[in-house]
Amino acid sequence: MSYENATLEPMRADTASPMLEVDDLNVYYGESHILRGVNMSVFPGKMVCLIGRNGVGKTTMLKTLMGILKPRSGNIKLDGKSIIARTTDQRARLGIGYVPQGREVIPRLTIKENLILGLEALPERPKHLEIPDEIFELFPVLKTMLSRMGGDLSGGQQQQLAIARALMGRPRLLVLDEPTEGIQPSIILEIEAAVRRIIETTGISVLLVEQHLHFVRQADWYYAMQKGSMVASGSTSQLSNDVIQQFLAV
Amino acid sequence: MLSGLVDGIFSGISLGSVLLLAALGLAIVFGLMGVINMAHGELIMLGAYTTFLVQNALKNTPLFGIYIFVALIAAFIVTAIFGLILERGVIRHLYGRPLETLLATWGVSLILQQFVRSVSWQLVAIVAVFCVLFFGAMTIVARRTDFERIRGWFLAVMLPLSAVSAIAVGNVLGATYKLAFTKEWFGARNVDVTAPRWLRGGLPVAGTQFSYARIFIIVLTIACVVGVYWFLNNTPWGLRIRSVTQNRTMSACLGIPTKKVDALTFALGSGLAGLAGCAVSLLGSVGPNTGQNYIVDTFMVVVVGGVGKLAGSILAALAIGTANYLIGSNTLVDLTAPIQPLSDVFAFFSTISMAKVLVFALIIAFLQFRPGGLFPQKGRTVDA
Repeated sequence: MSYENATLEPMRADTASPMLEVDDLNVYYGESHILRGVNMSVFPGKMVCLIGRNGVGKTTMLKTLMGILKPRSGNIKLDGKSIIARTTDQRARLGIGYVPQGREVIPRLTIKENLILGLEALPERPKHLEIPDEIFELFPVLKTMLSRMGGDLSGGQQQQLAIARALMGRPRLLVLDEPTEGIQPSIILEIEAAVRRIIETTGISVLLVEQHLHFVRQADWYYAMQKGSMVASGSTSQLSNDVIQQFLAV
Repeated sequence: MLSGLVDGIFSGISLGSVLLLAALGLAIVFGLMGVINMAHGELIMLGAYTTFLVQNALKNTPLFGIYIFVALIAAFIVTAIFGLILERGVIRHLYGRPLETLLATWGVSLILQQFVRSVSWQLVAIVAVFCVLFFGAMTIVARRTDFERIRGWFLAVMLPLSAVSAIAVGNVLGATYKLAFTKEWFGARNVDVTAPRWLRGGLPVAGTQFSYARIFIIVLTIACVVGVYWFLNNTPWGLRIRSVTQNRTMSACLGIPTKKVDALTFALGSGLAGLAGCAVSLLGSVGPNTGQNYIVDTFMVVVVGGVGKLAGSILAALAIGTANYLIGSNTLVDLTAPIQPLSDVFAFFSTISMAKVLVFALIIAFLQFRPGGLFPQKGRTVDA
């Protein structure tokens, strides 16, 4: 074990209370123990990146956060209130916007319908189903193809659509699972810039799972996972080459 | 010659529209949700029996002339509620397990067939008392925090207790009120629905007659298809249904209440089966086995049309209906009379059951070339 430089310090609290708090979470697939007592927190307006090699439980962590997987023990708090007993759709309506790995755009709905579905997460459905201009400012490519089927878009376009769809519900916490996976470099830069801008303009928190180093560096804080446990965390400005070697599959 | 052709086309379309009406609910339940509901035919039968009951209730009242519209609404509501119970009680636990769903719904279909045979006030009383006792106790006990732990005990005590008391109550009531209480409502024999006067007879066209009842069914089918299209494409719940049926997990992550959507979709499909039952009752007598006659045909329609495509179901229903009629009647025999061998072949198949054999053979041959049906799913997400 060689993480002398890595420390497991909790994220510093420069505001009163965390937006998201995960406490001693244990998740199993059948009898195999996937998440082993995971703790983490995300503070308001911050971007937190979860790093680690393939198969250490990053996606499992996010799925448990959304309620797709049920933990055996532990607690998850959103804005101080436990959401562990809530169903997936209730969690979405409490303000967690989820962009899953593989995008999961609804294939046989148009881009517009996909975006409209993003409004489902709002506590009250607005009377006029309009797509705000901010969405098109962030992702201009979507405006030109509103009537095309979601399933016919390229991977990069689907990723932009998935992020835009999550933003339609005005989430308090945006959860992104490997948004740059399998996407050409120029689009990666666009997505990075968009996420950065979302945080600056809306002040929401972002929890990101990412392998792409350039994107990881944009975050305020990192948590590193290994074999289902958090093994290191700290400010990304102090993310040393050792830690990168250790936890990012470069 | 002309009158024969016009008659053939009209009868084909009318047969097709009955098939389509019966298949429309299944196109939603099987096509969109992917649930193999073998009890769909029995939901059609329940719709037909509801029509019979409404007819009897409104007989000798001024409303009798329009009883069929009351029956349509009643049939839709009754079967939708039945579908809702079926979804909440059985199918909900079996999503993603097609084989178990097939067996369970087949069992439900047998139960429903026997239910209409033996339903009487006594049976209704027994079922009602059992439900009140058992589910009443369950709602009270389920408030306890340790319900999961004592669940086994609860079932072991409450299930026989409710059953015994329900049967006891039923027998006491039966002994008190005698035959009025124990007499079966329908029995095993078929019952007949008489169409209101304005649906009897027919419209004379080009030397033949278009029966008003069949015209009514065609109009009803068109109205249902348009209604379903409009509902799925232009309402918020329609959008939710389309989203959930394509990607359940992601829809939940977007904040769509998936359980509510499932229940609503299934209730809608079942309600449409009820409307079909109402239409079927106009065509002939209604019996406990009525549903069996339709279930295979309706699955055929959905599969030939392309699972999940309403437009495909429409075309497939019309094609199968017309083919069935043209082969089953003597129309093709007459048309091919100049070519003796061909005419002999069609003559061989020109009974209703043999026509079905030929149509099924044609469907099997068709599916060899187009396994996805008339309108298979397209796009880059098909295999995913």
